[in-house]
Amino acid sequence: MLMKMNMVEAINACLNQEMERDASIVVMGEDVGVDGGVFRVTEGLIGRFGRERVIDTPLSENGIIATAIGMAAMGLRPVPEIQFQGFDYEGYHQVVQHIARLRNRTRGSITVPMVIRLPASGGIRALEHHGESAESIYIHMPGLNVVYPSSPYDAKGLLAASLASEDPVLFFEPKRLYRAYKEEVPEERYEVPIGKANVLLEGSDVTLISWGAMTYVCRDAIAEAQKQGVSVEHLDLRSLSPCDWDTIHASVRKTGRAVVVHEAFRTLGFGAEIAARIMESDFLDLEAPVGRVTGWDIQIPYPNQEDYFYPGTSRILKGILKAAKF
Amino acid sequence: MPIKTVFEGKIDSMQILDKDGHADAALDPRLPTDMLGRMYRLLVLGRVWDKKSLALQRTGRMYTFPPLEGQEAICVGATLAAGPGDWLFPTYREASLVYYMRGHPSFRSNLMWMGLEDGLLLDRKIRCFPYATPIATQLPHAVGAAYALRMKGEKAACIAFCGDGATSEGDFHDALNFAGVWNAPCVFIVSNNQWAISVPRSMQTKSETLAQKALAYGIRGVQVDGNDILAVYRAVKEAADSAREGKGPVLIECVTYRMGPHTTADDPKKYRKEDELAHWRERDPIKRMQAYLKGKGAWSEEYEKKLQEEVAAFVEKTVQDAESFRPEPRDIFRFMYAKMPKDLEAQMGECFGGSSGDARMEG
Repeated sequence: MLMKMNMVEAINACLNQEMERDASIVVMGEDVGVDGGVFRVTEGLIGRFGRERVIDTPLSENGIIATAIGMAAMGLRPVPEIQFQGFDYEGYHQVVQHIARLRNRTRGSITVPMVIRLPASGGIRALEHHGESAESIYIHMPGLNVVYPSSPYDAKGLLAASLASEDPVLFFEPKRLYRAYKEEVPEERYEVPIGKANVLLEGSDVTLISWGAMTYVCRDAIAEAQKQGVSVEHLDLRSLSPCDWDTIHASVRKTGRAVVVHEAFRTLGFGAEIAARIMESDFLDLEAPVGRVTGWDIQIPYPNQEDYFYPGTSRILKGILKAAKF
Repeated sequence: MPIKTVFEGKIDSMQILDKDGHADAALDPRLPTDMLGRMYRLLVLGRVWDKKSLALQRTGRMYTFPPLEGQEAICVGATLAAGPGDWLFPTYREASLVYYMRGHPSFRSNLMWMGLEDGLLLDRKIRCFPYATPIATQLPHAVGAAYALRMKGEKAACIAFCGDGATSEGDFHDALNFAGVWNAPCVFIVSNNQWAISVPRSMQTKSETLAQKALAYGIRGVQVDGNDILAVYRAVKEAADSAREGKGPVLIECVTYRMGPHTTADDPKKYRKEDELAHWRERDPIKRMQAYLKGKGAWSEEYEKKLQEEVAAFVEKTVQDAESFRPEPRDIFRFMYAKMPKDLEAQMGECFGGSSGDARMEG
């Protein structure tokens, strides 16, 4: 049965469903229990599953991530929530030093599958550190999966897939889209496979590549470009590590042009890797240089001036037209 | 409102065997002779294996290696005190001996120092975590593991080791704090060997003892003579038993001394005085146990000679087995993910030649 849900409701529905299905799933983090999380994503879980499985932890991002490692190694499936992705640097060393490596270090004898939920992305007029999108630092690290849904449907299906995965998953949630809109989402369990991009729109002139909140922001720019006679093919990557390179290459070979949109900083943002891979594989098919529409290489401005930072309709449209008219 | 005292704390320190091997009659756990013999053999094995490893490193047959000399009583006593269902989280320094005692093939421990991950292929049945190189980072793992074991209804404790330097790390704080809040069945063993590479214990903390750090987290803290295997055994056994019974975590500071370098990459002569080493040589945990056994009539020159021969042969066999091990190079790619992503397969193909994955990417 289909239900109208926003992204918060979709993630909450998934957690309810998965915790019911799998008794090893444990939700943990700051304020995730009684308060239901600052974004209410975990609302109601503590009442249904109890304090042992829905843990209001001490206030320490590192403690949350590090203890989750021991839980995962002992067969639980922890779902640590870091209140804002911009606070995960406190626990980053545990992610890169252990979560990414335990399987390899022990040649497969000790593994730590878990899903670290990271409310990320900006544009919601929040405080410093509350509007970051640091997916690159995780994509860079072998041993991790990084997913970044852009819709309630994908959020529910990708979270189900992440909870079933034997690899640790960094689950980026674009909080700008938490309540942006509702869409029809199946009530029953389904998975959106990790590592599979979604072709949101087929087109022939320019391949536009995005993920997370930017996928939503791209829509007006695409409509305007279409009006101006540019046919856009829109790929929503959904999964950044592993990445669906086949779908990217196939699209670029068809259109001959690619523009990557991300809100993360430009230098060494994932757009740089995508551009490099397109150069390596699709050079002879290209009609234009790969374009990038990204956050600038500055620390994200405080909310009063944050609009200068995040890509919006006009910058994305400019990027599409630049590639189309090259 | 008058001023009133809202907290007072004290730390007890325990020694059972004095430096000459005389046992305190009231505290002596009076272990059976075969257990004492086992303890002594493991201490000697630890020392011989350690010396052999140092020699192998000096002759290019091992890479950087962190010697255990002087601290053997802590890991031997603690591992023997652990229950079969308990999980152990050693540091790199005692890892070889702890893993061996739990059933890890000894040659695999040598592989760890020969630069091969195959050394850490730890069968889950032995209930040991791989050592963590970044200091103190293993401690909160033990806390999460303890939480999970309790949730699964297993009566098991998690016994985690660290050094004096580790008590300065944030992970040490997180571990003790979470363990306290969760009343997790954990035992934290701090091997206070006086030196974190070149930095003395006095420069890590102003606290008079490391055990007292437990008090700030609302958990029990005790200090023991770490060169006294009976004291270590007794303290860890009591702590693990009480943790398993739900009485909360315990921090045990074991006062000891690192007789050798931090690793084969440093020379302690540069940062500490020779007379300090002489002071601690007199308190050697092995000599002390030997004297205790002799006092009980359970040690003789002949016994020692046989033991040394047996242990030397064991270590020699370990070295031979390790040196005849051949790693599978493709394993460096194989264990990154449960299922290798397609583009990583292509990279593996690129690394080792032959075709694999997306041919276009290899071109």
